Amino acid sequence: MNSLLIVIAVLLVACTYGVVDRKRSGKIKSKTDSRNEITAHEVGAELGESATVLQFSSAFCTPCRATRSTLTSVISHYPKIKHIEVDADTNLQLVRRLDIRQTPTTLFLNSAGREIARAVGAPKRDQVIYALEQI
Amino acid sequence: MNMIDARGPRWSAGLTSIVLIIALITRSPIVIIIQLIQFAIGAFAGPPKSPYAWLYKKFVQPRLSKTFDSEDVRPPQFAQFVGFIFALIATLGALTHTWLVFTFAASFALFAAFLNSAFGYCLGCKMYLLGVRLRRG
Repeated sequence: MNSLLIVIAVLLVACTYGVVDRKRSGKIKSKTDSRNEITAHEVGAELGESATVLQFSSAFCTPCRATRSTLTSVISHYPKIKHIEVDADTNLQLVRRLDIRQTPTTLFLNSAGREIARAVGAPKRDQVIYALEQI
Repeated sequence: MNMIDARGPRWSAGLTSIVLIIALITRSPIVIIIQLIQFAIGAFAGPPKSPYAWLYKKFVQPRLSKTFDSEDVRPPQFAQFVGFIFALIATLGALTHTWLVFTFAASFALFAAFLNSAFGYCLGCKMYLLGVRLRRG
């Protein structure tokens, strides 16, 4: 009886967490107070002329592939914006400095390389378009 | 890159959830050991070689659509490894009758397996980077 209650409790907590996580995941949050500035040297590629979308990925991450295809397809319509994908595993220093906790995490940088928005989890296509229009 | 049918790991996670529920309720060492073996093969030989994947290929996949999303094998393999660690702790708990340890470890494994099967939750996305950040201080 006791262990049956534990099973029910675990499943209830998992359902609640799953729903909350799905809702939160990929939401693009603007960061007006961010002091994070990223240089071309740090990511190993030239930043975009008007903006850069910087994606952190890892090998053990299924949604990273979906995020890559969403971002590259949206960004193909904006010639002055660049998509750069960075492997979190081999760029731990940058990961720590920017406080990247999971993959995919996507940073939206302005022309100066300053972080102005961030999405943790796979961002939705229309939200990416909206965020790019704001830059 | 080694790609697999993305529905396979979801099926395995569903079966894992059922086996872990039975293990938690019956406290049977045999049941948790069966799950431990599944995790061990999935983690070290790869998810496609595991017993649950065999069941999937034999009985489930033939009844499903021929077109499917494929995924990299590494994320589910990482999840099997995390499962293996918790199932190992749970097995040790069951064999020594330390039921508190058994219950905590098996509950966490159930939590993750259920999230994976019901929501497609990606354990590697959330845990891997934190693990690396901690390990390489």
